[in-house]
Amino acid sequence: MKIGVPREHFAGEARVALTPASALQLQKLGHDCFVERGAGAAARFADADYAAAGVTVVDSAQVLYDTVALVVRVRAPEPHELAQLHQGQTLISFFWPAQNPELLEQARAQGVNVIAMDMVPRISRAQKMDALSSMANIAGYRAVIEAGNHFGRFFTGQVTAAGKVPPARVLVIGAGVAGLAAIGAAQSLGAVVRAFDVRPEVAEQIESMGAEFLLLDFEEDGSGSGGYAAPSSPEFREKQLALFREQAPAVDIVITTALIPGRPAPKLWLTDMVEAMKPGSVIVDLAAERGGNCDLTVPDQAIETDNGVTIIGHTDFPSRMAAQSSELYATNIRHMLADLTPGKDGVLVHDMADDVIRGATVTFDGEITYPPPPPKVQAIARARPKAVEKTPEQRQAEEEAALRKTGRQQLALLIVGGLLTGVIGLFAPPAFMQHFIVFVLAVFVGFQVIWNVSHALHTPLMAVTNAISGIIILGALLQVGSPNGLVQILAGIAVLIATINIVGGFMVTRRMLQMFRKS
Amino acid sequence: MTSGLQTAAYIAAAVLFILSLGGLSSQENAKRGVWYGIVGMLIAVYATILGPQVTLNTILVVALIIGAVIGVLLAQRVEMTGMPQLVAALHSFVGLAAVLIGINSDLDPPLGLSTAERVIHEVEIFLGVFIGAITFTGSIVAWGKLAGRLSGKALILPGRHVWNLALVLVSLLLLILYLNHAGSWTLYLMTILAFVLGAHLVMAIGGADMPVVVSMLNSYSGWAAAATGFLLGNDLLIVTGALVGSSGAILSYIMCRAMNRQFLSVILGGFGNTSGAAQAIEGEQVAIDAEGVAAALADADSIVIVPGYGMAVAQAQQPVSELTRRLRAAGKTVRFAIHPVAGRLPGHMNVLLAEARVPYDIVLEMDEINADFPDTDVVIVIGSNDIVNPAAQEDPNSPIAGMPVLEVWKARQVFVSKRGQGTGYSGIENPLFYKDNTRMFYGDARASLEQLLKLVD
Repeated sequence: MKIGVPREHFAGEARVALTPASALQLQKLGHDCFVERGAGAAARFADADYAAAGVTVVDSAQVLYDTVALVVRVRAPEPHELAQLHQGQTLISFFWPAQNPELLEQARAQGVNVIAMDMVPRISRAQKMDALSSMANIAGYRAVIEAGNHFGRFFTGQVTAAGKVPPARVLVIGAGVAGLAAIGAAQSLGAVVRAFDVRPEVAEQIESMGAEFLLLDFEEDGSGSGGYAAPSSPEFREKQLALFREQAPAVDIVITTALIPGRPAPKLWLTDMVEAMKPGSVIVDLAAERGGNCDLTVPDQAIETDNGVTIIGHTDFPSRMAAQSSELYATNIRHMLADLTPGKDGVLVHDMADDVIRGATVTFDGEITYPPPPPKVQAIARARPKAVEKTPEQRQAEEEAALRKTGRQQLALLIVGGLLTGVIGLFAPPAFMQHFIVFVLAVFVGFQVIWNVSHALHTPLMAVTNAISGIIILGALLQVGSPNGLVQILAGIAVLIATINIVGGFMVTRRMLQMFRKS
Repeated sequence: MTSGLQTAAYIAAAVLFILSLGGLSSQENAKRGVWYGIVGMLIAVYATILGPQVTLNTILVVALIIGAVIGVLLAQRVEMTGMPQLVAALHSFVGLAAVLIGINSDLDPPLGLSTAERVIHEVEIFLGVFIGAITFTGSIVAWGKLAGRLSGKALILPGRHVWNLALVLVSLLLLILYLNHAGSWTLYLMTILAFVLGAHLVMAIGGADMPVVVSMLNSYSGWAAAATGFLLGNDLLIVTGALVGSSGAILSYIMCRAMNRQFLSVILGGFGNTSGAAQAIEGEQVAIDAEGVAAALADADSIVIVPGYGMAVAQAQQPVSELTRRLRAAGKTVRFAIHPVAGRLPGHMNVLLAEARVPYDIVLEMDEINADFPDTDVVIVIGSNDIVNPAAQEDPNSPIAGMPVLEVWKARQVFVSKRGQGTGYSGIENPLFYKDNTRMFYGDARASLEQLLKLVD
């Protein structure tokens, strides 16, 4: 199968869907790769690098489209670009079918099979081709870097000879992949990070990245299917805005990443919150392309408000790190193609029974196959309802009850033991009672001593008790001098095996203990 | 040596034995503790030999020398994976010695006893032989199961509780006959019955309960020594026997608590009968190869290894240790989580890891490490099954419901090194293997780890 990668023409788009490294991997799957001259230039991949990796460099997009059977891109094609494709060709790229119904219809009419990278279902198996996640990761990181660029202070707190510097306070709204990446980046720069998300189950993930989860005391679960958030009720929204309003004066940097699939971005950072922020604060709106989470966001621009707050509305964060994002995107594409060529023989098998391929395919054989059936597997397990916390009084009462119970048990044991001893004392001769005292005391000493033995030394303990239970040899020693010949022999055997026990037990214990060493 | 001096020597020996056991409270003191035990034993044996009742003869010297040689050979040859068998075998010796001494005491009774004293003495003989005989055959069967000579499965005879009870009752009857001078045959018959009882009791206990059985037999061997002490009127034997007996009893208790089982139900055997349908398990076991595991290890910062009996069987402790060394050299936190009943002997895993030169301060107990799993990047489960089974917490119908387990599934990723898809020793399905964050690393543990070692540097 011939795979072709054209140059991206969208303004500011620097990414490319194929890197020399991914081309090598695709060739292993049996494919031949073609690239339009200069396609990788903006991402710092020279044509010569491609050629060296066995990729054929062609001069124009038209030649490319006429040669190959499969076209791989980053951005969705413009209508005139799509028009250059032929019936039966397959296109893999971001496509946004919900936002671009005309383009979808055009692809159907032209008979082009489209696999939309933005439609890859969010299930574990498909993670390796989830380009949205890999791009979101980059966007989250870059958002922090851009914010730092406009923020006139340190991220990390310092105590210097010239004075004390407080750490920057960063608020991340929406803890999807981008949000988590932003948390991680801000955290590692030393900022104090707080994060909010409507899905309570991500609290653990937020905390695992080292940020504080802002808890909203409200009974509503904002999880939708496929690991995305669902729209929230008006009451919930009010509570949420009140929480943000409270945070606004305190935070230095706000990074908003809230998106709901198939809808404009929810407005979460309102004008009054921006006004409440300190001068010099920075807002990075990662949802700018979909209208923005902040009221004042201007897509594709960084603006400064009257009170000195910078609002960054860039929509091209991944493209600003083109080398990195091309590499990850190309790897996502490679994994997608690996699934599409199960035989590793360069033969494309567009298997519509496969959940992942079915989910991502939006047109197939002249038909629109969007939207796909809902995903069967939930991306993230839902948080379980927490067990009811016991009040301190209840706990104390329980402890007391347990204490009383053990007390009663101990008392009962002592009474039974005392009675038994009494019964024995009634009948047994004094000589026996002498030994009995020793026995009972030894049992008690044994219990006290053994409880302190470290768990790790239980095997040596068994070996050493084995050795000292060889003390039974004393009995045999006393009998071996008997005039009765049979007794002599039996006692001799007993001496022999008890000696094995003593010598073997002690030696093996020593051997074991010598092995225990500290690091 | 006068009898007074001998008693003084016995007191010294008893104190040294207590110090010896007390020394095992930490690794640092343990080595000194063993020396206390050795010195105590030497004092006790010399004091007895030099005492008035013992005459040195050829049998004694020959038996001592042969016994010592065999003991040295055993101790030097035993593999650390073979420790459970050795311990079981040594228990059987104590049991047999108790039986022989009891029978000798019947053949050659002490003179000049009053009637009450004679009854007590005869009861002591009977009890000493009874406990000794059960310990003897029980330990032999345990040895056979541990060494793989006998099937590890529980042997369930119909009406086995009735049989056991009958054996005990008949023995009691024989005791009454014996006390009424029916003759020594009652003692010999009882010995045989106790042999059968001991073997049958242990036959009915499944392989997974072996740690309890071994510590229980340890306890029995102590009580047998104590009973012998009573019949000989020797306080040192009584003290030592009581120490060993209570030690074994505590170990059994700890093991039972670690499995959330009643001591009695373990002893009566027949494990594995469920009270209801087990929860159906959803999902599938997903396999992974060494490259995948190596990649995950390379990314991980904190790693916990959970070894089980399978590691001992595959002799994989050396590669495990090597892997640990390399991962630690790469700056990662590597720790071991040991469940109290991992392996076939209390503390078995600790000894194996120590043998493979894993430092003991990174080998942690269940209670010390269970809270850390949610912050752990990678858990590697090597040849353990039930002790990491989430069904113990999640499925009230599971046969192991309520057993404390290592909560490995809370870690970010779990790799299970396991020979095949089968269930473990106890035959219980393990939902851990079907969890989303679990990957199965199939194959012999040793081979798998060696493969992994090539990829980790």
